[in-house]
Amino acid sequence: MTDILLKGGRLLDPSSNLDAVGDLLVRDGKIESVGGNIAGPDGATVIDCTGQVVSPGFIDVHCHLREPGREDVETIATGARAAAAGGFTAVCAMPNTDPVTDNQAAVGFVLKQGRAAGAARVYPIGAISIGQRGERLAEFGEMVGAGAVAVSDDGKPVVSSQLMRTALEYARTFGIPVADHCEDPTLALGGAMNEGIVSARLGLKGIPAEAEEIMAIRDILLARLTGGHVHLCHMSTRGSVDLIRWGKDRGIRVTAEACPHHLSLTEDAVEGYDTNAKMNPPLRTADDVRAVQEAVKDGTIDVIATDHAPHHYDEKEREFSDAPNGIIGLETALPVNVTWLVKPGIISLATLIDRMSCAPAKLFHLPGGALRRGIAADVTVFDPAAEWTVDPKGFRTKGRNTPYAGMTLMGRVLCTLVEGSVVYHQGVG
Amino acid sequence: MTSPLGKDLLGLEHLSAEQISLVLDTAEPLKEISERTIKKVPTLRGATIVNLFFEASTRTRTSFEFAEKRMSADTVNIAIAASSVSKGETLVDTARNLEAMRIDMVVIRHQSSGAARFLAERIESNVINAGDGTHEHPTQGLLDLLTLRQRFGTLKGKRVCICGDVLHSRVARSNIWGLTKLGAEVAVCGPRSLLPSAIEQMGVHVFDRIEQAIEWADALNVLRLQLERMQAGYIPSLREYNRVFGVTRERLDRAPRDILILHPGPMNRGVEIDSDVADGPHSVILEQVTNGVAVRMAVLYLLAGNSPRLAEAAKGGA
Repeated sequence: MTDILLKGGRLLDPSSNLDAVGDLLVRDGKIESVGGNIAGPDGATVIDCTGQVVSPGFIDVHCHLREPGREDVETIATGARAAAAGGFTAVCAMPNTDPVTDNQAAVGFVLKQGRAAGAARVYPIGAISIGQRGERLAEFGEMVGAGAVAVSDDGKPVVSSQLMRTALEYARTFGIPVADHCEDPTLALGGAMNEGIVSARLGLKGIPAEAEEIMAIRDILLARLTGGHVHLCHMSTRGSVDLIRWGKDRGIRVTAEACPHHLSLTEDAVEGYDTNAKMNPPLRTADDVRAVQEAVKDGTIDVIATDHAPHHYDEKEREFSDAPNGIIGLETALPVNVTWLVKPGIISLATLIDRMSCAPAKLFHLPGGALRRGIAADVTVFDPAAEWTVDPKGFRTKGRNTPYAGMTLMGRVLCTLVEGSVVYHQGVG
Repeated sequence: MTSPLGKDLLGLEHLSAEQISLVLDTAEPLKEISERTIKKVPTLRGATIVNLFFEASTRTRTSFEFAEKRMSADTVNIAIAASSVSKGETLVDTARNLEAMRIDMVVIRHQSSGAARFLAERIESNVINAGDGTHEHPTQGLLDLLTLRQRFGTLKGKRVCICGDVLHSRVARSNIWGLTKLGAEVAVCGPRSLLPSAIEQMGVHVFDRIEQAIEWADALNVLRLQLERMQAGYIPSLREYNRVFGVTRERLDRAPRDILILHPGPMNRGVEIDSDVADGPHSVILEQVTNGVAVRMAVLYLLAGNSPRLAEAAKGGA
């Protein structure tokens, strides 16, 4: 394995308060040295990082890779390559596949496919309940033994409070977070977008913010009851972040994620019945977007996760109420976050890197999330000032369902290293 | 020639007051055609129109068909049973097939909000929305406006209350846009469980009690209460609905002025409206039906690219 020298970039690692221009040397898959002017060893591949940020690799704790079951829409390999192109060195694959990842064999399959892809690392998330049916607990212990890093019934809320309680209690033995998709299914039933003036005008059934908030506070209270670690997926409303703040203030073990689309777009994007603006939770109001941005800034929202959800274009090319929820996100996460959070000065680049790398590593107990001598070289190099126009045709994901198509965004990944290997290099392969 | 309405008629929300008035002005002279012994003018001779109905409809489809035939268009009716999304052809394929048959116009009724627009964006033919989900039903809105305008002379300052299941009503939305644009004051009245939660932001008053609405209004547009709403739990029973929200003679008798009564049909007599009101002296429900044909003739005529000035001449067969 050849040495790689990242030359002259801005080394930015909030986990060690590192922010300095300098070099980073990778040897045998590990970070050999960080900072200062490093002379390239003979035969080292030198990557000029002038004007670039060199950061710990991004980690996405929430994506849908569709394999097994819908390989026509995405495979673990195409998803892992898309992740690498987006600067992610690791992604956590949600278990709502067909069949559901609810046992150790299924977890092993995801890991095996992820390794074979040779791109971003793929960590399986196991289901909370068998078949995600919300009835009986899946075997957390065996799944964790096989490599699962968390459990979740994402895509579906855990309706039974008793089951959620048990999951939070049982997960404590294995030290894993229980990630919940917060949605009161009776309030959200049949909903296609946020409930408000836009849904009233368009004649689409709305999903009130309260459908999310009621489950968020239930989960927070159950975390208080059990001492378990609850991780709230894709928080989208002002009320939710207020509730999370309430929980954190009391020392309850609640962590939360927000998605780039909930930090950038509002329900107005649904205007014209654009099915690429249809996701669950739905795009909310401008006030909600501001509140969630603020929560990312102050740490109430711990991590930014993509909820990458590829769909076949036929499935999105239909009547709004019949189209499936979700958009792709791996290859637009960084530029969306830079454009809507860093560029307007809401958060610093260092905070962004914390929310996209350091914090996810810490919360989900994953390697990476730092630029430190001796650890695996999972590194992302990106130009925070580069502007480019989103053209989904060039994406590595099989999905084309993005509301950002045609937009000019800021921030572009130059290259991604996983365990010292270049798994993505812009313009090269 | 391009149409003064644009390519399609998808809703009233994005039309200007001038465009709406233009349709009504165009409809007025066309009404006379339906009064003749030979109810036919050659205006749309050679044009092919498809009436594409994904939902059952008697009144709207018949009204469109008469409008088309009285303008001498060639029409084809396609009724596609409301099917689940997994069955049958997708809407986009239906659109492509119609386009391949070189038709001139499509009148579409569909159970999904936005379906008319979806079709319009994918075909070159003119698209007329005959009701899409709970979004809009523009020709119904226009015929309601024409009916009110005939009775009132002008809509400016007139108070119209839309009563009932506004949440699920495309008629309500088209009425709100059309009435507001033409200067009327608009209110809605119904159980809050059947009103959109953000309804005030659409610029309308809200009355919780029908008595207040009757006290306030010059006209009531009484919406049909779908029986499914009771099954879905929005209201406890039709009997109670009638007792609390029903438009009854007794309630109207206490009104400070005569109130025009509109209903888009089909009526549930004894539920949202009592028979003596529906058949009473202030009911304009059948005028609405008559005006429906004229308004649809006007829309077809204008979308076909005809000059609004020629509407008078069209009567003679321009």
